[in-house]
Amino acid sequence: MTADLPLLEVRGAGHRYGARWGCRDIDLDLWPGEVLAVVGESGSGKSTLLGTLSQRLSLTEGTIRYSAAGGEILDLAKLRESEVRALWRSEWGFVHQDAADGLRMHVSAGGNVGEPLMATGWRHYGNIRATAAQWLERVEIPADRIDDPPVTFSGGMRQRLQIARNLVVSPRLVFMDEPTSGLDVSVQARLLDLVRSLVADLGLAVIIVTHDLAVARLISHRTLVMKDGNVVESGLTDRVLDDPQGPYTQLLVSSILQG
Amino acid sequence: MSTDLTGYNIAYLDEQTKRMLRRALLKAVAIPGFQVPFASREVPMPRGWGTGGVQVTAAIIGTGDTLKVIDQGADDTTNAVSIRQFFAAVAHASTTTRTSEATVIQTRHRIPETPLTEGQTIVYQVPMPEPLRFLEPRETETRRLHALADYGLMYVKLYEDIARYGHIAQTYSYPVMVAGRYLMSPSPIPSFDNPKMHQSPALQLFGAGREKRIYAIPPYTDVESLGFEDYPFEPQTFDDPCAICGSTGVYLDEVITDDKGGSMFVCSDTDHCEHAAGQAEVTR
Amino acid sequence: MYVAVKGGERAIANAHALLAKEGRGDPALSPLNPAAVAGQLGVLVARVMTEGSLYDPELAARAIVQAQGDVLEAVTLIRSYRTTLPRFGYTLPVDTARLPPQRRISATFKDLPGGQQLGATFDYTHRLFTDRDTAGPASAPDGGGPPDEGMPRVSDLLGASALIEPDQALDGDPEPGDLTREPAVFPMTRAERLQSLARGDEGFLLALGYSTQRGYGNNHPFAGEIRVGEVDVEIEIPELGYPVPVGRVELTECQMVNQFSGSADTPAQFTRGYGLAFGRSERKAMSMSLVDRSLRAGELGERAAAPAQDEEFVISHSDNVQATGFVEHLKLPHYVDFQAELGLVRRLNAEFRERAEGASGRHDGAEEA
Repeated sequence: MTADLPLLEVRGAGHRYGARWGCRDIDLDLWPGEVLAVVGESGSGKSTLLGTLSQRLSLTEGTIRYSAAGGEILDLAKLRESEVRALWRSEWGFVHQDAADGLRMHVSAGGNVGEPLMATGWRHYGNIRATAAQWLERVEIPADRIDDPPVTFSGGMRQRLQIARNLVVSPRLVFMDEPTSGLDVSVQARLLDLVRSLVADLGLAVIIVTHDLAVARLISHRTLVMKDGNVVESGLTDRVLDDPQGPYTQLLVSSILQG
Repeated sequence: MSTDLTGYNIAYLDEQTKRMLRRALLKAVAIPGFQVPFASREVPMPRGWGTGGVQVTAAIIGTGDTLKVIDQGADDTTNAVSIRQFFAAVAHASTTTRTSEATVIQTRHRIPETPLTEGQTIVYQVPMPEPLRFLEPRETETRRLHALADYGLMYVKLYEDIARYGHIAQTYSYPVMVAGRYLMSPSPIPSFDNPKMHQSPALQLFGAGREKRIYAIPPYTDVESLGFEDYPFEPQTFDDPCAICGSTGVYLDEVITDDKGGSMFVCSDTDHCEHAAGQAEVTR
Repeated sequence: MYVAVKGGERAIANAHALLAKEGRGDPALSPLNPAAVAGQLGVLVARVMTEGSLYDPELAARAIVQAQGDVLEAVTLIRSYRTTLPRFGYTLPVDTARLPPQRRISATFKDLPGGQQLGATFDYTHRLFTDRDTAGPASAPDGGGPPDEGMPRVSDLLGASALIEPDQALDGDPEPGDLTREPAVFPMTRAERLQSLARGDEGFLLALGYSTQRGYGNNHPFAGEIRVGEVDVEIEIPELGYPVPVGRVELTECQMVNQFSGSADTPAQFTRGYGLAFGRSERKAMSMSLVDRSLRAGELGERAAAPAQDEEFVISHSDNVQATGFVEHLKLPHYVDFQAELGLVRRLNAEFRERAEGASGRHDGAEEA
């Protein structure tokens, strides 16, 4: 996994809600194939950061550069909406905390996974359906559920379906916002295991936001710790969690261990 | 109803309004399939009864024109009669029921069987101009989807049909792609009529009065009915010929003849049926 | 030859004759005189003028008679006529502060400059049937005239101490669009929204306004002021260089005062919802001002989840000429589309039976579930 350019190069990024900064002064590099966890308490600005990086929220200051599949370096804040949508269709994915935000709940599972393919020009029903079926199998959804809509699925199945819908177009970068937090512990573990193996198989770069340090430890290479809209500590995940430097991170880690 | 029409302008609308409509029409012709918003006026019939088509016709009709009005393919359905009488009264237009003699044809739900020719204009009455409306109710969002040519959603609908029924289950208002760019609703014509839109020598104009949108297909434009490579668009077909004129390959209406399940199939296009029946008579 | 579809022209002529006969009622009684309707059914006339968006009591009365009392049909008649009228120009904004009210009430202050004036209202009638001839004096009672000191609007009184948002548009006072001349696209400006609401169906706005009071987008309204009266309409004639009065119109204005908590940038302030209608149309003006205020949720940074706060939903469905036309168009023939659907349903049924037979041929499986 060698690459001489980061996939995402973020410098001094910030997003402001009215008079208040949701996050500010964020610097980070994300490399191809790397999994970066963003951890912090609720209100720490981690979801705002994710929204800003993924262009769902506007960039108030700073720069975000993305190295596209074609080789060019894109300054995300300067892209037109159509160009951002093109990235969503072909190179990016977003896994929401609530599957209802990322799925069409009354469209069949096959239609949900097939939609990104149809949006990128697939016009052969048989191929679309076969590809959707492969992906359902890959995320461990029984084949006979392909024509059922996600409203009939359990929470864990919905989340796995959302992941399939995101990965079917072979993205290079996937954003995940607390993908496991609404699930039972055993279901969480199974989903994380699945995500970890898919990420490794596909060489995906992932930015995952979580309040759960165990999630960060299980699947991320590096971790950013956020507090009050700023990054207070960052480094290799094992280092940050085993040997936290800052007092806030120490508090966060010890509270988990005690809990 | 009122025969005293003093005080009304030719073709009812004032000249400023006609200019506004013509500007919208020109824009629509320049961007085939794109829905142009326009300041739709009230016209003396209820919204949803062809007010868009009436405004478009009023904006283009001149003294040299011959108007044909059909509803469900027939010249003699009440709403078609009413609109034809309206233009005869306010535009002093000459009218006809012959497709080949008309220069302007206003229609609701059908395209005539007689192929249209260069120089003819067909004006469609459109109730819901937005092909994505039942998939996405918000205008702000559907406008964005058109701007970005983001039509995955439409194919999801077709996919779901095939998954559920084994084939596409849309029989009218069958969505089309115009000139490879804009997804468009052909108005509630049966899918049977869709192929007539493709590369038609006639100018095709669409007016949606209540929804305040005008769109157009210039002559000789590609109009593709959506489908999949392995489940292509299939227009409807009928097994039997017209019970009156014997025509085949035309759209038929089912007419109930008794209360024991008896029915017969006859041409929906009354002009076509009359002439086909007349010719059958002659050859006999 | 099968001719069921023939005869449309004769059917229409017969229908018109029958309609005229039904509308005439008992020929022994004298027909309704539109002038009497304008005078005696003033509230109905006001509604037709407001929703028809044309101030002409005589014509509205004629429309009501011709429509046989069908309000929406009368509104459609007025609108269809209005659209053919040439447009000479735009009047200057009417000044409702100068309006000498025949009615003026405020629910926010017990007394205020100019005083409260009950005026002509149904509010305190006992809703008992009375004999019209003895119901009351035909001439106006004494002391009903407007006071000389003027009646500043309640919003101006609050505005003087900056407790309510100011009247002016915020950014450079742009010319308001004209919904009847330019295509409106969402999101609309408030000026365009108000135009739409002014023409909107009274019943629809009433229901929406009511829904905001019951918690679907609550915005804590107070009836700051309701006033009814006649006001001068003036037009600027370029050749003259000064405004010339061209007539007077009777208006009902409602200013609803609503809470607003304020934000980091703005101190707490009252906000307003506005309603204006022709003639005596109090219910309409009040409903309109409730809905106007609830549609400002986005602008004021409020959570917008209720139907009355959804601009596309409210504006797209408030026009009763459009609504009734589209609902009633369902009685037009749909033979062609229905035939298409009939063919499809038959095919789907046949396919279903084939599958069911095929399945039961193999085993008793419920394969298709």
